[in-house]
Amino acid sequence: MSAPVQPAPAPAPQAPPPVETMTVKVNGKTVQVPKTHPDWQGKPQPTTMLQAARCAGVDIPHYCYHDKLPVAGNCRMCLVEFGTPMMDPATRKPVLNEDGSPKIAKSVLPYEPGTPRGAIACATPISPGMEIYADSPATKQMRESVLESLLINHPLDCPICDQAGECKLQEYSVQHGQAGSRFVEAKVHKPKAVDLGPRIVLDDERCVLCTRCIRFTKDIAGDDALGIVNRGSYNTISAFETGKFDNNYTLNTVDLCPVGALTSKDFRFKMRVWFLKESKSVCTSCGTGCNITIGSREGVVHRYEPRENDAVNGPWMCDSGRLNYKWIGRADRLREVLVRGTRSTWNAALQDLTALLSKAPAGSVAIVASARQTTEELFLLKKLAAKTGATTDSIAREGEADRLLVAADRNPNSNGARLTGIAFTEAGIRIPEIAAAIEAGTVKTLVVFGEDVTKHGIPAATLAKLETLVVSDILPNATTALATHLLPGAAHAEKRGTFVNVKGRLQKFMKAVEAPGDSRAEWEFLHELVHGVTGQNGYSTIEGLFNQMAREVPAFAGLEWAKIGDTGVDVKI
Amino acid sequence: MSFTVPSHLEAELDEITTHYPVKRSASLMFLHALQEHFGYVSKDAVEWTARKLGLQPINVYELVTFYPMFRQEPLGKTHVKVCRTLSCALQGSGELRERFCSKLGLDPHAHAPQTTPDGKFTVEFVECLASCGTAPVVLVNEELHHKVSSADADAILQKGKAA
Repeated sequence: MSAPVQPAPAPAPQAPPPVETMTVKVNGKTVQVPKTHPDWQGKPQPTTMLQAARCAGVDIPHYCYHDKLPVAGNCRMCLVEFGTPMMDPATRKPVLNEDGSPKIAKSVLPYEPGTPRGAIACATPISPGMEIYADSPATKQMRESVLESLLINHPLDCPICDQAGECKLQEYSVQHGQAGSRFVEAKVHKPKAVDLGPRIVLDDERCVLCTRCIRFTKDIAGDDALGIVNRGSYNTISAFETGKFDNNYTLNTVDLCPVGALTSKDFRFKMRVWFLKESKSVCTSCGTGCNITIGSREGVVHRYEPRENDAVNGPWMCDSGRLNYKWIGRADRLREVLVRGTRSTWNAALQDLTALLSKAPAGSVAIVASARQTTEELFLLKKLAAKTGATTDSIAREGEADRLLVAADRNPNSNGARLTGIAFTEAGIRIPEIAAAIEAGTVKTLVVFGEDVTKHGIPAATLAKLETLVVSDILPNATTALATHLLPGAAHAEKRGTFVNVKGRLQKFMKAVEAPGDSRAEWEFLHELVHGVTGQNGYSTIEGLFNQMAREVPAFAGLEWAKIGDTGVDVKI
Repeated sequence: MSFTVPSHLEAELDEITTHYPVKRSASLMFLHALQEHFGYVSKDAVEWTARKLGLQPINVYELVTFYPMFRQEPLGKTHVKVCRTLSCALQGSGELRERFCSKLGLDPHAHAPQTTPDGKFTVEFVECLASCGTAPVVLVNEELHHKVSSADADAILQKGKAA
């Protein structure tokens, strides 16, 4: 058995292994579905009826099931009637109809063969040839009954409930429920307005006991704080001690709650959800760049919600990031263009700056740009730096990472600053050099974007030595107070752009609200300034600007704004 | 007030824990033992149990609230359990309980067990005490009273007040 040793063939590019499929029928439609689906931890598990129906474009209603949580199977909402091919017990051959198709045995109660026996679609694996009847009269009747049971003790206080408009109980009642209630007995009363934790209020009467919140906090957040207390119809979601449910992910339970039981203290009674405009954006609180949906109305941001992106944050986000939006609407936002302390116009200020920077001797300019600016803005600042021979850097912002989402890097775009050449591997390493050059009088013009440099190594006394201090920011601080040219900028929610997260995921975000007063998106006026100073043509649209950047920055080679999906693309960092 | 479990009891519970494949399974035995010793299962007892078994307090608290046999408040010295199951109900156990409650100044319609403010009595409606032939029956602490009449009820109260 000694075969001659063959030289190993060159490894061929590995094609993904073919997906094994199974044929099932959903509502009479034959579909090929993968034999396995990833479970909540991403491990392949036998495909369930619910997943197979999804492959066929049929949504089976459910409360307790969630793709990213362990299956509980307790709400019974996904009950469906189903059938499997009949097998002749003697020959082990399929029993066929006259037309040659396999005969299907519908699942029935063993002791009552006339009554269909449903199965919960979320936890029942499919088998070859299975037929799922997601809209049969029996399935509809099961759904109606389950909904009726869930609504027995429900207070029906939708007019004052925050969940109204995005409530599965409402939606399924309309789609699958009965118009009227047959329940005439007294409802069970449960605790209301329970102060579960610093950010969460619980109304136990609205709860359908799906246990999504319990599973999330135990299995995802790692804080086994919630449980079901009491018995039978008195079952109540509770914490051991109220007020203590305080991990950094508690607000995800509000998103997960399919009904209005868990509500956010921050958002409670503030806004009806159907008035909110939803804009796709990215959280700026750390380098993870969780995908978010900004809910705004009439120019005011009312909430952030996580937007599912399995490459970044899954369906979750941390509480600190979620609640870090109020600065956008602060009353003391910078609104006016100021040149040497007097109100000016964009035209006048940019003309003045163009003249100043155009004739600035090489080496007399330095640029400090925040890694909170968009990649496009950093790219334009780098162009300005190249023309003026400026030293550039950014500011490091470090915190503590957690085990789930929060990154140690608290800047949303540190990699953008590195890839565009504004900062080096270690952000802030050239700040002392810039400070010294100002002190020495070699740097006479400092351009600061989005940072209070007095807190990061360039004290006010040093800034006072400058001839020109160009500052763009969103909120007033010690640096903006000293600016000779103050250019009010826009929050990420007020403009479009991209960030590159700590793992090199380039993600674009959309505009939700208008910038206040005269403030403008930084890339817009930077484009004009760069055009004036360098004499080069640029782009006055974010699409054009991004595509130009992709052509010039090697890491972004081949990218196009229009081709970056909602969940971003990986770039080499 | 600090919560301390006597060392002999703790040793006993540690030994019991070794009988189970996972520590969590010993939860009920812990709660029974702590209730027997302290008279009820306090929040401190729940936390102590959770600490001993490597659980979160909510895991133990769920059990305590699930089983009616576990008390979260101290009971009265005389614990009156009136049977409410069919035979006793037909023989007037409802009126009997109402008599106990009204004589003690308790709410005759309350759902849960009630204890008098002086801590002398707890009155509770319970399921079958397994003496249907002698209905209505009342279990006073560990002593079963058969065919309890109004006069018997008053006597029970009299005895309890003297205790």
